[in-house]
Amino acid sequence: MSDIRTRLRQSMLLAPTTLTLLVFMLLPMVLMAWMSVLAPDTYGGVRWKEWSLDAYVQFLYERDLDDSLTLNSDYLAIFGRSFLLAGFATVVTLLIGFPTALYIALKDEKTRQRLILLVSIPFWTNLLVRTYAWILLLRNGGLIDSALSVLGLSQGELDVLYTPTAVAIGFVYSFLPFMILPIYASLEKLDWRLVEAAFDLGANRWQALRRVILPLAMPGIAAGCLMVFIPAIGSYYIPELLGGGKSLMIGNLVQNQFGTARNWPFGAALSFMLLALVMVSLWIYTARFKRPPGE
Amino acid sequence: MKHCKLTLLALSIGLFASGAAMAGGELNLYNWSDYIPQDLLKRFEKETGVKVNLDVFDSNESLLAKLKAGAKGYDVVVPSDYMVKIMVEEGLLEKIDVSKMANFKLVQAPLNKPDFDPKREYSAPYMWGVTGFTYDASRVPGGKLDNSWKSFFMPPAQLKGKVVALNDVAELYKAAAIYLKVDQCTEDPKDAKKIQDLLEQQKPMLAMYNSDGTIERMQAQEVIMHQQWNGAAYRTRQKLKSAVFVYPKEGIPFWNDNLVVPKGAKNRDNALRFINWMMDPKNIAEASNFTGYNNAIKGSSAFFVADLKADPAINPTPAMRALFVPNKNCSAKANQLRDRVWTKLKK
Repeated sequence: MSDIRTRLRQSMLLAPTTLTLLVFMLLPMVLMAWMSVLAPDTYGGVRWKEWSLDAYVQFLYERDLDDSLTLNSDYLAIFGRSFLLAGFATVVTLLIGFPTALYIALKDEKTRQRLILLVSIPFWTNLLVRTYAWILLLRNGGLIDSALSVLGLSQGELDVLYTPTAVAIGFVYSFLPFMILPIYASLEKLDWRLVEAAFDLGANRWQALRRVILPLAMPGIAAGCLMVFIPAIGSYYIPELLGGGKSLMIGNLVQNQFGTARNWPFGAALSFMLLALVMVSLWIYTARFKRPPGE
Repeated sequence: MKHCKLTLLALSIGLFASGAAMAGGELNLYNWSDYIPQDLLKRFEKETGVKVNLDVFDSNESLLAKLKAGAKGYDVVVPSDYMVKIMVEEGLLEKIDVSKMANFKLVQAPLNKPDFDPKREYSAPYMWGVTGFTYDASRVPGGKLDNSWKSFFMPPAQLKGKVVALNDVAELYKAAAIYLKVDQCTEDPKDAKKIQDLLEQQKPMLAMYNSDGTIERMQAQEVIMHQQWNGAAYRTRQKLKSAVFVYPKEGIPFWNDNLVVPKGAKNRDNALRFINWMMDPKNIAEASNFTGYNNAIKGSSAFFVADLKADPAINPTPAMRALFVPNKNCSAKANQLRDRVWTKLKK
């Protein structure tokens, strides 16, 4: 009896969360999945009663004049680019983020708080505004360009803005805090006596880092990687603003389908495939890190 | 169609806040951002006692999506040419017989009977413009380029990385189609391939595809050539005297925006009153002075500010007018082909 009551109370307490998830996550996703298997309406929207798998066919094939299907790698190329750029951003933010987090974690309490505050200060300004600021910094005749030429470090113009390099810089800048903070969170809890023990047992600094600190920081590292990779791969306006609109990423592709291309089912299918990609990475994460390592 | 997006929020808030309901009731206007002067709306309020509420949108597609989703509460909206046709087909517009309105006799050809609404049953003309390209004469070899789309699609080598195309598939595709002399609504993959090849070979010359901030980018001399609308070119020239707007000899995309009444509008009478009022030369001229675009009303140029009146890009000669290529509403098949070219171009 009391067992049932406990459960009832639990589900009542969880009800707001469950309801929110249902209405704001599950419902839109179901709608998206449903739209992706319908036929597009002429002027945008979908025909609600006409089923069609064309959206998924279109992802891999294109229809020729005689209605035969030929393999089409355009969309795969766009997915590939998004994957590469997001992966690059993840690796670079990890390379910068881990030493930074370790550095912060090794300071005393007061300094730590101050440094963490510094990491979070960029959040006080809207990301869109900060991305526009990067345009001013990176453009020819901008701050970085003029500084480099004054110092005699560059010849001619910088020519970085509106290239994939600029997009990568934008990604690394925007997502770095998402890497530092979770890694710091796991390092902060780390029992440093374990590291001392490692030294006592004859490990050098490198071995202590690799065999003790890194494994213990792994959940934080994995969480950081996900928190960088997922927003980066779906990113829409950073490539649009800094990349000069010359090459599409998944986000831009989806937007085109709902806008000028008037192909909502294809847009929905693309979003769905992006979602699948993210799900797979989440699944890998939980499979590997659901238990704290060492247990 | 094409305006910078700032400042409008403040404007709309200002209008919404302007006091209690007026004697003549209300009018809810849904317009492009930065596309009608506040003073003009104030004057309409004063003359008619009708209170105007302004709300703004940023693309034809979002306007269509909103009306299709059943947005009530707008009395006048401002779709472009091809979108008027779509809205008529979708049954989204009230039949208001603009051609029978008092001021309609002032509407000049060709906008008195456009393809998308030949009898002007649903729509009245607002602004019109053309999409050509602007270059900075002080920084091109020889100080002058050919009046041809070739100058834009195959610019001189010195301009590499200093040319910008609009990030707008409709405008770029149409310009390429005009240069190649193929139908802008072609359903033939071979034609689409030609357009794609042209855009592919242009791409390495481009700094970027971007439709925002065209005026500032030219004025800051960040780039030398920019695909641009004539109204934006007029505003560019106010600070950059050496800017030249080109009407290419092959033809130039011609677009126009229109005042229409969505089906079920609550203040239909006020909407009709507003539309007729806007076809008055003095009133529409005030809008032109603000937007930098011309209009179709006879006698309005008498009220233009001097430099707008003197600008051949805004007031083209009959020979230049002959180059106008109006927007067409393309089939779904043509649209898909166009999207494929765009995706391939940017893959």
